[in-house]
Amino acid sequence: MRAQFVASEVWQGLRRNLTMTIALIITIAVSLALFGAGLLVRQQVSQMKGFWFDKVEVSIFLCTKNSQEASCSGPASEAEKQQIATDLEGMRPLVQDVYFETSQEAFNRFQEQFAGSPIADSATPEDLGESYRVKLADPDQYAVITSAFAGRPGIERVDDQKQVLDKLFRLLDGLQVISMGIAIAMLIVTVLLVGNTMRLAAYSRRRETGIMRLVGASKFYIQLPFLLESVIAAVIGAALAVGAIVAMKILLVDRFLEPSFQFTPFVGWETVWVVSAILLAIGILLAAFAAVVTLRRYLKV
Amino acid sequence: MIRFENVSKQYKSQHSPALRDVNVDIERGEFVFLVGPSGSGKTTFLRLCLKEDRPTSGNVWVAGKNVGKLSSWRVPQLRRQIGTVFQDFRLLPNKTVFENVAFALEVIGKPRGHIKTVVPEVLEMVGLEGKEKRFPHELSGGEQQRVAIARAFVNRPEILIADEPTGNLDPNTSIGIMKLLDRINRTGTTIVMATHDAQIVDQVRKRVVELADGIVVRDQDRGVYGYAH
Repeated sequence: MRAQFVASEVWQGLRRNLTMTIALIITIAVSLALFGAGLLVRQQVSQMKGFWFDKVEVSIFLCTKNSQEASCSGPASEAEKQQIATDLEGMRPLVQDVYFETSQEAFNRFQEQFAGSPIADSATPEDLGESYRVKLADPDQYAVITSAFAGRPGIERVDDQKQVLDKLFRLLDGLQVISMGIAIAMLIVTVLLVGNTMRLAAYSRRRETGIMRLVGASKFYIQLPFLLESVIAAVIGAALAVGAIVAMKILLVDRFLEPSFQFTPFVGWETVWVVSAILLAIGILLAAFAAVVTLRRYLKV
Repeated sequence: MIRFENVSKQYKSQHSPALRDVNVDIERGEFVFLVGPSGSGKTTFLRLCLKEDRPTSGNVWVAGKNVGKLSSWRVPQLRRQIGTVFQDFRLLPNKTVFENVAFALEVIGKPRGHIKTVVPEVLEMVGLEGKEKRFPHELSGGEQQRVAIARAFVNRPEILIADEPTGNLDPNTSIGIMKLLDRINRTGTTIVMATHDAQIVDQVRKRVVELADGIVVRDQDRGVYGYAH
């Protein structure tokens, strides 16, 4: 094995097929970048789900003096409140935690949320009313609470935060499916392009490979320069893709999303590095796979 | 060194077989002409020796190995024992004379130091000293064939297979090539040469195996091309 000889063969091969090499690198970079973005979104969604599902509550709002609902006839009575509290206790272990929020607390929170806005000044504690904040062991089981309490006397409405979040997550899931779909299509294109490039390379070097066979070069030695060429293209492409997702992390997440949405966590650098390693591995494996399969057909030894 | 035992070869696309029940035994150090008209099976015979093809039936033995039963990863090892020369030289146009010969050693992983000593030796032997840095297109046909022979012989193979090596050369140049092949033969290398060149066969007077329609019709020591002198 002569490393220098192999290196010069690889270099010549890459230069001879320069346009194809560039096409290869760009395709690999774009498909891997999309794939990486898909992975990051996926990670982001699961991280957000973990974060938010821990916090989501079902809120049982009690009637206030202003309530218009049929189940309300003035503010909820002490007996009604007591009944609700007992019933919630009876629903353990599904119900993990119950917290009673008084009008004053609701008012304080409201003031905080809308500080500086004219609505904050016009509201009074009585307008906001009292509520039970129920934390469920399994947030997906909220329907049980809804069916048990909605429409009962003294209860204005039952709100489930998860339903709101679900819409957001469905949107993110959809985005993720689309980006993954595009990425997979691009990866297929990449494999085909690698195959085609190798075919061209094998054809343009058929004299050399023919002589190599005749003088008894091993199959490995004949195929190695081709294999290295596609792997080098894959490594360069993957490096560009890693650059793209690092840029995404810095420009989109760190500079824009994180300052704008401080209440939720975003993917960290460790996720970015894991995804980078995955991209590199996938790029190399796909390129090597495509090269080997093609060379078996077009480079008979 | 090379033994064909009841070898037949049938190509799928062709009606009649390329070789039919061929039995030939070539000893170490022999010089054998393979003659016969185009399509008589000469090239098939040579391809079977190199395991470029498998025989449809029968056994081909080369350098003590049953070529038909050789696993594919052992084929390169077989080919290192066989040098090959063609009518069309098959040199790499973008490499110099030296590089063309060195290429054959580089691709089988020989160390650089070894290459630097044996390539000039073999180039001197074929009569190309001083032309190491020329490119193939700067050489005459005879010189190009000498480069090809140097490349085939540089690894000191036990067998040299030549498929019409003088087919593209004028008679005088051909004689020079034949002298070179004879010298290589004298070093103990077995040579099998397919040819159409009656003049050469008649002059050199070596063993002649004649093929016609895939059948060995003549196997004669010190023979002539096709008719008695």
